[in-house]
Amino acid sequence: MKGVAITGMGIISSIGNSVEENYISLIENKIGISKIQNIPTVHADVIKVGEIKKTNEELVSELQLSENNNFSRTAMIGTLAAKQAVENAGITLINEFRTGLISATSVGGMDMTEKHYYDYFENPDLVKYISCHDGGDVAEKIASELGLKGMVTTISTACSSAANSIMLGARLIKTGKLDRVIVGGTDALAKFTINGFKTLMILSDDYNKPFDNTRKGLNLGEAAAFLVLESDEMVEKYNKKVLARVSGYGNANDAFHQTASSENGDGAYLAMKKAFEVSGLQPSEIDYINVHGTATPNNDLSEGRALLRIYEDGKVPDFSSTKPFTGHTLAAAAAIEAVYSVLAIQNSVVYPNLNFEIPMEEFELQPQTSLKMKNIEHVLSNSFGFGGNCSTLIFSKS
Amino acid sequence: MTKKTYINGVGCISTQKTFDTVFLEEAVVNTTETVLSIVSPVYKDYISPAAARRMAKGVKNGIVASALAMKDANVENVDAIITGTGLGCIEDSEKFLKNILDNNEEFLTPTSFIQSTHNTVGAQIALSLQCKGYNFTYVNGAVSFESALLDAKMQIEENEANSILVGGVDENGEYTLSLFKLAGRIKKENDLPSNILNTTSTGVVYGEGASFFVLENERKDSTYAEILDVEIRNTLEENEIESELITFLKVNNLEISDVDAVVLGFGGNIESDVYYKNLAENAFAKTPQLYYKHLSGEYDTASAFALWMASKIIKTQDIPEIVKVNSVTKPVYNIILLYNQVNGKNHSFTLLSK
Repeated sequence: MKGVAITGMGIISSIGNSVEENYISLIENKIGISKIQNIPTVHADVIKVGEIKKTNEELVSELQLSENNNFSRTAMIGTLAAKQAVENAGITLINEFRTGLISATSVGGMDMTEKHYYDYFENPDLVKYISCHDGGDVAEKIASELGLKGMVTTISTACSSAANSIMLGARLIKTGKLDRVIVGGTDALAKFTINGFKTLMILSDDYNKPFDNTRKGLNLGEAAAFLVLESDEMVEKYNKKVLARVSGYGNANDAFHQTASSENGDGAYLAMKKAFEVSGLQPSEIDYINVHGTATPNNDLSEGRALLRIYEDGKVPDFSSTKPFTGHTLAAAAAIEAVYSVLAIQNSVVYPNLNFEIPMEEFELQPQTSLKMKNIEHVLSNSFGFGGNCSTLIFSKS
Repeated sequence: MTKKTYINGVGCISTQKTFDTVFLEEAVVNTTETVLSIVSPVYKDYISPAAARRMAKGVKNGIVASALAMKDANVENVDAIITGTGLGCIEDSEKFLKNILDNNEEFLTPTSFIQSTHNTVGAQIALSLQCKGYNFTYVNGAVSFESALLDAKMQIEENEANSILVGGVDENGEYTLSLFKLAGRIKKENDLPSNILNTTSTGVVYGEGASFFVLENERKDSTYAEILDVEIRNTLEENEIESELITFLKVNNLEISDVDAVVLGFGGNIESDVYYKNLAENAFAKTPQLYYKHLSGEYDTASAFALWMASKIIKTQDIPEIVKVNSVTKPVYNIILLYNQVNGKNHSFTLLSK
């Protein structure tokens, strides 16, 4: 058996509050892109977002947090997803084995910082939120809600962050440093990122259209997803149900520009190449590619070129971006797409790349545009981020 | 066979003069400031002035510290770059956020947003070296740097990389510091102790810095030390530390008496320092004890300064008086243990040998 066993999953996104709800939305074309409600922003009428339609108050009560809690929204959705994953894996005593938590986030507690920035000095009740700004606080909160005392760390490499947390988790299991590890990522919507991407002029005012010639940019989203990885010894000893396996991974740097991808997709190409080396699989063995596909002009061109470098014969497997459903959930993106990849394997399904109409003029790549049922042994999932950070994961049927 | 991990080059930009010096001979203990700033290197020796103008302080310090480490190790390129940072490019985050709030989300330019991403330092180093290899950034408070170190060690052991640049970097941001003061994380001026070992108050003296290391899978003339092990634990109770450390040493076939020096993260916060005090007075009473945050200040990746210091000690076999907690000495300093935590969270054990 090759690869590291996945034994549990949890997710909350704009298309559902559980793994089941997300799956139903994916196969029934229920998208989560809408007008923003929870954050007051001057851009509300000109952007669309993948927002979780729960207020912070609702999340607090769902998590049964105390009145004086100082959870950021990022930490709350992260805790919800992580708890689901742990429960799904049938873990009851969290510290019974060497158990770790590897989280990922880009905004951390920015949602609270931007809300209270100037009020901290006026209102002593708000001071508790100062410490929730930094990225590590999110993992800290999740660990404490899970009662996990072992190794906890956080990766922040922009939009590839959660792919890297899954990668680190797989390596920690492979090297025997941990018996099991909860891996994933979480990012809430924030004015900070909305305005950041707005100034970069890569936000679409319409529904995002990955790999379409007329694509105008991305829709931001918020989500959290976590997966439980366990060693083969644990799986055998406790007869654990294996949902799928992490069979390949690779990270490379484009070393081209802080925010733009190189024209030939060097980083993306190298990341995929490494993932194939680790997995021992041939590119032709991949049945479905869940592309990064943010629908920005730059990403889709660069990613498409990289795919055509891997598939020199032009025979690219069925591929689609699920970002028309969820929006681009930044540091959480690779984790929610990991859950979608596992669901694709379990249910023998390729999700549609919604909103696609016209092929890009630069090449003849056509994503899968309708739901397709077929046996899926291996899924490749790409995630790329600022700083040239490129990551590829391969998931395989157990 | 698993490969061993050697520290073959070091570079440190800190609140002390830690470049163009031998080893802390010019170090000064501050007793009057609550926030310490780095002693700046001559940036133009490493970065073109045009490029430097666009770079955040942390990015510049990271580039210089990594260049120093690579020169020290005599390497031109590396297979991977792994960075730890608590708050990332906080100055740019502050700048962009302030513009959003002050201008009601209008008239914004992307520069500070682009630079605010946590992985900017690692990315800019990769860009300047044209290094297309593995590039991770860890952001988890006091174990940000140790996460990077552990990752690098795994890469070398598993033969995934032969040479890795690994570092810890954090920069002070003015507004964030004012919030930390408000939250009591930074000491009040009246509470500044003459020696952080005799503190009676909470809060710390804050600092900033960038320490980078070249790790390789072979011993060279430039080798400082071998990294035997790194362990990260999120939560440990006061009464669990000693037995956990003993177990950690045992896994590495060592006992407390084998440790030639222990580097403790005393930061001057009476509540947090209890963890070190117990060890210093009991298990490690007969071991040379060292501290460093009175020189570096406390910040998320201050423990990278400690690794720089411990590496130097093993190489030079000399312990500067200024970092000694007690007067115990050993004939040689071959095995050094580093222990750090902040407020009982994010514990790390790092073990070095000659």
